[in-house]
Amino acid sequence: MSAASPAAGGISFGPRERSILLDPVLVNNPIGVQVLGICSALAITTRVDKALVMSAGVILVGTLASLMVSLVRERTPTSIRIIVQLAIIASLVIVFDQVLKATLYELSLELSVFVGLIITNCIVLGRTEGFAMNNPPYLSALDGLGNALGYAVVLVVVAFARELLGAGKLLGITVLPLAKDGGWYVPNGLMLLAPSALFLIGLLIWALRTWKPQLQEKD
Amino acid sequence: MADARTLDINSTRYTVVFAAIVCVICAALVSVTAVNLQPRQKANARLYMEKNVLIAAGLVQAGQSVSRNEIEAIFQRDIKTRLIFLESGELVPEDKIDARSFDQRAARNDPATSKAAPINTAGIRRLPEYGVAYFVMKNGQIDQLVIPIEGLAMWGTAYGFLSLAPDANTIRGLTYYDHRETPGLGGEISSPSWLALWKDRKGFDEMGKPAVAVIKGPAGAPAQDPLHVDGISGATITSNAITQLTRFWLSNDGYGKFLKQVREGAVK
Repeated sequence: MSAASPAAGGISFGPRERSILLDPVLVNNPIGVQVLGICSALAITTRVDKALVMSAGVILVGTLASLMVSLVRERTPTSIRIIVQLAIIASLVIVFDQVLKATLYELSLELSVFVGLIITNCIVLGRTEGFAMNNPPYLSALDGLGNALGYAVVLVVVAFARELLGAGKLLGITVLPLAKDGGWYVPNGLMLLAPSALFLIGLLIWALRTWKPQLQEKD
Repeated sequence: MADARTLDINSTRYTVVFAAIVCVICAALVSVTAVNLQPRQKANARLYMEKNVLIAAGLVQAGQSVSRNEIEAIFQRDIKTRLIFLESGELVPEDKIDARSFDQRAARNDPATSKAAPINTAGIRRLPEYGVAYFVMKNGQIDQLVIPIEGLAMWGTAYGFLSLAPDANTIRGLTYYDHRETPGLGGEISSPSWLALWKDRKGFDEMGKPAVAVIKGPAGAPAQDPLHVDGISGATITSNAITQLTRFWLSNDGYGKFLKQVREGAVK
């Protein structure tokens, strides 16, 4: 086994590792290109703080789940591999949810079911099944981290636009004084509703495909 | 991985053993975390509950970030926490039991400090001997009374606080801080815009009967239509449950006798 894959033990950071980590952030973004993980992206991007906490959860779970699945990949029976991956992901998510309740209690109430739903987030399971089952632990952890970062970037960008335009605030601090509080900014109520995230993500995908024409399908 | 070569990892026996080991490790991870973090989670939940007393009383806005110390300071300055004998409506002497650390949910579950509730439509099975009441003081006078309310809604028990003016009838504020209702539908019972509709409405009709109701469709302004609150569309069961549980706690089975004493000026 020790000679089976030379990359398994090495923790160097070369061009391959760089592309595994950074490609999912822009070139192969899980939301922007693969259009995965949309449900939570619609639900929790009304405020930047919610998006940050959700991102932290997906980053932790995505990285650790890929690492752990990869560690046991050669011992995992094929017939139960998805269940094993889900058990690992679910345990990590519950741990994160418990930590959240012990530290950021009110935020955890607002995120309600969506932290639990990281378990079914297609990005996490997609990476463990599609990458970590066939790659050594270090690369798998990088891949999980990269994809979670790609998710996080989109989440925070969308939340930034929604909180700023919908409530005139960023992280709860007033940036654009609202007209009803004596300021000048009339907020766009649509921005606080889920459909606006769909529009914003649509615009992001458009921008991404204009910037990287190779993402466009031939037809 | 010498054993991987000698062991068939797709055999049934290996699969079962592997699944068992994964389950035990995952379960251990989850339970160790949960047990270790439980005290902090409980402290947070209690603080959040006390914050909601202040939100019901309008001393803190919903969504406002308030530190533990600030909540403690407001409690020390403006809130007098007392226990009530629910059966008689009398105040429990202050030296008998510390009202601040009294846990009403634990008390109502403990057979020694609770009794079976009379048949009711609010889904309440047991009633504690004592109920807590928060007196919000202003210039040495009672400004508001905040009482806890709870009852079975659509998916589980909803817990909240109801704030009443010194007439023990006019509603000053309401919160629901713990419930299992569907977000976007019944979950709207904790949305500040719906809760604001309760302000200035009345709990009791002219006969002194608990009569406030969440109705289907919109209600009038509080001055013209004091006993009705707008229903929540798509959440008829939750709306009806809120009506039932609010009336229950205002009735003589809940805090009714205590509220009557307040109205008659017997409680200072």
